[in-house]
Order: sequence, then structure tokens, then C-alpha cells
Amino acid sequence: MEFRIDRSSGLPAYLQLVRQVREALRLGWLGPGDRLPTVRDVVARSGVNANTVLKAYRELELSGLVEARQGSGTFVKAGLGSTDPEVMAALRTRLAVWVREAREAGLDSEDIDALVRSVLTADEGGNQTTSGEGVAVL
Amino acid sequence: MSTAVETTDGAAVAVRAQGLGKRYRAKWALRECTFELPAGRVAALVGANGAGKTTLMTVLAGLLDADEGSAGAAGRVAFVSQEKPVYRTFSAADMLRFGARLNLVWDEARARRWLARFEIPLDRPCGKLSGGQQAQVAFALAIGSRPDVLMLDEPLANLDPLARREVTAELLSEVDETGMTVLLSTHVVAELSGVADHLLLLAHGRLLTGGDLDELLGRHVSYTGPRSEAPPALGGIVEARHTDNQSTFLVELPEGQPRPVVAGPWVERPLTLEDYVLAQLEATRKGARA
Repeated sequence: MEFRIDRSSGLPAYLQLVRQVREALRLGWLGPGDRLPTVRDVVARSGVNANTVLKAYRELELSGLVEARQGSGTFVKAGLGSTDPEVMAALRTRLAVWVREAREAGLDSEDIDALVRSVLTADEGGNQTTSGEGVAVL
Repeated sequence: MSTAVETTDGAAVAVRAQGLGKRYRAKWALRECTFELPAGRVAALVGANGAGKTTLMTVLAGLLDADEGSAGAAGRVAFVSQEKPVYRTFSAADMLRFGARLNLVWDEARARRWLARFEIPLDRPCGKLSGGQQAQVAFALAIGSRPDVLMLDEPLANLDPLARREVTAELLSEVDETGMTVLLSTHVVAELSGVADHLLLLAHGRLLTGGDLDELLGRHVSYTGPRSEAPPALGGIVEARHTDNQSTFLVELPEGQPRPVVAGPWVERPLTLEDYVLAQLEATRKGARA
């Protein structure tokens, strides 16, 4: 796979690489057993700092998605999207109904996107507050 | 110059400056500059015109004496100035022979590989080469000397967009292979993401901030929301902008605390390096006026 860095993104470069690997896994371009490009290859092809690539690979390793095998490279250990396909299909159907309702209420794609994001943020905030750590301010 | 030194957290230090100052007649071009650059980093030296970038590099490279404080680099240093100097009557091959004579350590293959990579003719006088090609000869010479610390003043200026990308990638490959430390100055902050992993920000001859890039950016966040006097989370306000009905704050979050969760009418945005640098420079300009 080939990485690219969006230099106008506020997302740190190493997290962009992490996200691209996760995306490749989700889309099935990468599967368990596949080898990630060597650090040297990524540096040469994408003009990314080796420290950045190493940091991204370490992050992926920590999350259990890949494993580094001594001397032979970094390999995909687990796939993503391992949620039960039936559950996925059910969630999707319900979401589609919800999206239709939102459209009927006059929301466009951008409104829907903003709404989903605000609920996600609130949910993440809720989770953090219950753990007693979050500083939720209006 | 070759003594091994360590940072406070144990990593080897490649470049160190301690209260460094440099004066041209009565005017200080550099003042109270203190930092440590860990080995193996690719550091970007950023600042406005006249901020002291070239002065700092020249002093660090040992080409200019400091007027106060001290500076040191671990190992051999190569410095390519902004002018990318070559002898006009020398061909690229002559320049390499020159490099082999002048340097105690010389890696001919590495220097030749760089020239081949950028298709630089070896037999033409440098004066007949384009500005971009001359720059490549200067880079090849620096790379061939196998430095532990490579300092480049505006290395990408005068290169076309494709060459900028290729030089960057090639340079990072060299860093990966040799483990050398790079310090490069630039104006083009937008091109640094994923390239540099360390930042030194200079303004008016002083070091505003320095450190690991991801860490610096991770500690800052931008909030946009309804007009208000204070940001939605605690922290140091780097920049506040207001319109009639909207406020934008750039906040430095307190260290060692979990990232605050902000919802409601506020939108949180991660910071690009460019946002961060511009806000910092803007803040010093206001400070200088006050």
C-alpha cells in the first residue's frame, strides 16, 4: 500500500498513517498475514520521516492490529470490521431509516453530518465524565 | 565537538545551545537561545525574515563565533548555506574530488548516487548548470561528507515543486540509512508535516518555542463558537479572535491533564503546524508593539 500525507490536515502525520492502514483493513485492501511496507520504502516513496512511520507502526502494534516480526517486517495480525455481518446489516438498516427521517425533516447531508458528530462527541464526553476524568464544559 | 552528551531524558543530544547570543555591532541578531536537539531528529527551524535563522545555523556550524553563551554539536557537521555554493569553473566531478580532499571522511558512492538520482551531468562546469542543479551539487557534497549533523539553510528554496518533493524524500532516506540529525530552516511551513519531527521557532532573535512537533501540536487546540470572552476549556490563550457573533481561541492545554471534552455550540479543531506557527508569530508581533 502507498501512504500519503495531507499536509493541510491538523491530524499529526503519524496518525494519518495509522488511519490509512485502518482504512485499508476496513476496505479489505489489507488482510491478516499481509506485510506492511518497510519503513525505508515508505520514507522513499512518500517522503515521510522514518520516525513518523515508526511511530505509526508502533501505534498499530499497540492496538493489536499488526505485529513486528524480528528481521522480516511488520505484518497484519487482525482484520478490522470483525463485527458480526448480521449485526452490521441491522445497524445499517436502522440508520437508513433514520437518515430518511432526517431528510424528510429537511436536513441536508451537512446537517446530518453535524448532528451525528455532535452526538458522537457528547457520547465520548459522557463516557469520560463517568470515569471521573473529563472536564466537560458547555 | 565530538563529546557525547545526553538530554535530560537520556536520549543522545546532537546539537546543544546554551544562552547563545550573537551581535552585529550594537544589534543582537540572536539572544538567550537555549535548546537541545536529540540525535536522529529532523528539525525545522522556522521564523520570519530576519528572525535569526541563518545566524543561528552559522554559529551552530562553527562558522561564526558567538558573543555569549555556548553551542556544540556531537560529531561532524556539514552546513549548506542558502546560496548553495559551488565553484563556477568546477564540474560536478571536480567538486566531488574537492570534497574527497577536504573531508576526513568521504563517501564517494553516496555523493555520486545523489547526483545520479537527480540526473546532474558530471562534466559540465557548475556555472553552466541551473540554480536547482547547482543546489544538488552542494547537497551531494554535504551528503558525501557523511555528517553526523546536517544543517541546511533554506534547502528547498529555488527548487521546483517536483524537485522539492524528491529532495525531501531522498534526504529522509539518507537520514533513515545513516541515522544523522538534520536541522533545516524554511519559510514553507505547510510542507513540513510528516517531514520534520522537531520544531525550533525563532522570532526577533529569540527562541519562542522548541520541541517534539506532535507533542507541541497535541498540546494546542482551536475552538470556534459563539462570541464570548473566554474559551470553553482551561488553558493558556495563545490567540483570541472575535467577530460580532463568533469567537475563535487557540488554547495551550495544561500539561499532564486529560484532554477536555467540549460540546455544545463549540467546535474543536486540531491545529495544523501552519496555524500554530502563524499564531505564535502573530502573538510576538503584538507583544513587540505593546
